[in-house]
Amino acid sequence: MAEAHSPRESRHVGTEAIVPLSEKAQALQTLVKEAFAEFSHEVGASLDLVQVTVAPDMLVPLCQTAKDDPRLDFKLILLLTAVDYKDRFQMVYHLQSLTREWTLVVKADLPYEDPHVPSVTSVWRGADWYEREMHELFGVVFDGHPNLAPLLLWEGFEGYPGRKSYPFYDYQEW
Amino acid sequence: MTSNVGNTPSPSLFDRAAPGILVARAEDVFAMARKSSLWALSFGLACCAIEMMSAYMAHHDLDRFGVVTLPSPAPRQADLMIVAGTVVRKMADPIKLLYAQMPEPKWVIAMGSCATNGGPYYRSYSVVMGVDHIIPVDVYVPGCPPRPEALLQGIITLQEKIMRDARNRGRSA
Amino acid sequence: MAEPTRQDLDELETVEIKVNMGPQHPSTHGVFRMVLTIDGEKIVDCVPHIGYLHRGSEKVAEGEQFHQVVTLFDRLDYLANFNNELVYCMAVEKVMGLQAPERAQYIRVLLSELQRIASHFLLVSSFGLDTGALTPGLYAFRGRERILMLFEAVSGARMMHNYFHIGGVKDDLPEDFDKRLGELLPILKFDIEECDKLLSFNEVFLARTRGVGVIDTATAIDYGMTGCGLRATGLAYDVRKAQPYSSYEKFDFDIPTGQHGDCWDRYWMRVQEMYQSLRIVEQAWKQMPKGPVNAIGRRLLRPPKGEAYVRAENPRGEIGVYLVTDGTDKPYRLKVRPPSYCNLVALQHMLKNQYLADCVVIFGSLDIVLGEVDR
Repeated sequence: MAEAHSPRESRHVGTEAIVPLSEKAQALQTLVKEAFAEFSHEVGASLDLVQVTVAPDMLVPLCQTAKDDPRLDFKLILLLTAVDYKDRFQMVYHLQSLTREWTLVVKADLPYEDPHVPSVTSVWRGADWYEREMHELFGVVFDGHPNLAPLLLWEGFEGYPGRKSYPFYDYQEW
Repeated sequence: MTSNVGNTPSPSLFDRAAPGILVARAEDVFAMARKSSLWALSFGLACCAIEMMSAYMAHHDLDRFGVVTLPSPAPRQADLMIVAGTVVRKMADPIKLLYAQMPEPKWVIAMGSCATNGGPYYRSYSVVMGVDHIIPVDVYVPGCPPRPEALLQGIITLQEKIMRDARNRGRSA
Repeated sequence: MAEPTRQDLDELETVEIKVNMGPQHPSTHGVFRMVLTIDGEKIVDCVPHIGYLHRGSEKVAEGEQFHQVVTLFDRLDYLANFNNELVYCMAVEKVMGLQAPERAQYIRVLLSELQRIASHFLLVSSFGLDTGALTPGLYAFRGRERILMLFEAVSGARMMHNYFHIGGVKDDLPEDFDKRLGELLPILKFDIEECDKLLSFNEVFLARTRGVGVIDTATAIDYGMTGCGLRATGLAYDVRKAQPYSSYEKFDFDIPTGQHGDCWDRYWMRVQEMYQSLRIVEQAWKQMPKGPVNAIGRRLLRPPKGEAYVRAENPRGEIGVYLVTDGTDKPYRLKVRPPSYCNLVALQHMLKNQYLADCVVIFGSLDIVLGEVDR
């Protein structure tokens, strides 16, 4: 896949990256289908990581099972983020197990108008600041979070700058 | 050669040429004293602070210009504020407070392109495009980050400015 | 007047004071504000306030083309420039299904490890300054300057390099690189040993850092702590060994672990990591293959629609980049998992029931870079 440097071509459109799941990831996929059976979810893949899509109200029980189940052992929360897809918000959670060495992606879709999702701070204490940041940048409300005060922006800031509808700063020379 | 008893130094060339009394303008003498011992407020905000630290340390030594090695932590005893790094709107009020706490005469160096005019964050919603929107700046040092030698050049320029301003009784136009 | 009895002292009314360690403070390593509630000398509670350097890099990145975003990543964790560029380039390469050529991967590893040594030099310097040791700071910066001069020869800049490009690196190494690196490595080993001897087993340093700010493994994982802080508690976890990237599996190095999880252990991890990084640099230099250094060259990139999550080991911990693309020439969503942000959440836990004088030492041992915390 490595080609020599060729300065003549001016565009490069990447090929579709179809990455087959490794054996370990396939084992995780079967395990996850069985362990989360009562949470009405769908299991798929996101490039080379196993992905689970779930409804927002089933999120906390699913995360608790992921952490407590000794076969899964997802004790570390890597990332908690919100993506603005213009017609909906998608919450993406990346979980990591340090002992079993696998990563799981959990996704939950929220409506654009009034995004509410239960907080996972009861499961992992480290999710505290991630949720505060997503709240002030995107306006997603986390039910059950102990302290949803602004973290990064100053007092009196209006608007949600992470959203696509928030414009870039219009730089003016003076 | 001469009878030097103990620690008596031999008379220097200066003593032989102009013995005893030296006449100069007061402003020049004060300006020379002020420029030779600029105490800088330790105010590194972002990446430029690391180059500022490099400028303080042994390789590029700011101490030989009078800017002391361990920068002054308190604004009340500083006369130079080197704003090194991006100025964010949340930080604007503390900067104003710090500038107000410094006693006169005081000078400000805006180090780096973020402090000069916003730098690479010109599209950002939370960056103040240049610290001169908040406080008056004397010397701008461009670069991202400027080399420690560039900061040294900025301090030398400031020292020349202090000598020049002595003729105009303080701030230049 | 009678001597005050134990009973008198117990009935004494005390008040808790709120102390503000403001955004401008010599020991906060940047613009960080803590509001401490103290009872006498003991800290009861700590509320950190961040955001004084929030530049909105993630939003700005949505308005820049893929190659331009590398410069933003340089400035995130401004002490680990090459490491940040590496993780971003790997994320875009993963979405596109590209693999950087082997020579480029070896160059990336070599420069990333040298950057790790330079970053830890700065930690030794500032941690020493926090505890009151002024001399190791000057010696550590001398070592750091040598490395930065080598970086200048390779990429043109001492700090913000913009040298790792998507698909490889920008240009090949300069012709005198072998000579420069050959002269640098023994001097660097001597510099590291000198800083080590000056500070590590100094009586005053040990008294100030041993047993201070202890955290155990389970709590650290729950808070999301990674990197040297986690390894100091006893768990030998390093992303370079667990999920090797960019040909790290070809190099032979050890992972140091600590025993107590206190400030001294965290510092000692970093010093040992400097020696291990030197080993990796030597191996990468000796085994570097010949070949092209960039798979695609400088072109306008339009990666296919998709998303990717990439992990790497920064000097501060585990960094992650989550990239969502939609087929245009700008990223759709770029989220960074900064290691210092996650380590900082554990600060509130570590500061409970510590003395006020230890608060600076604990904060310094976490090795926070505010550019990364606030992005």
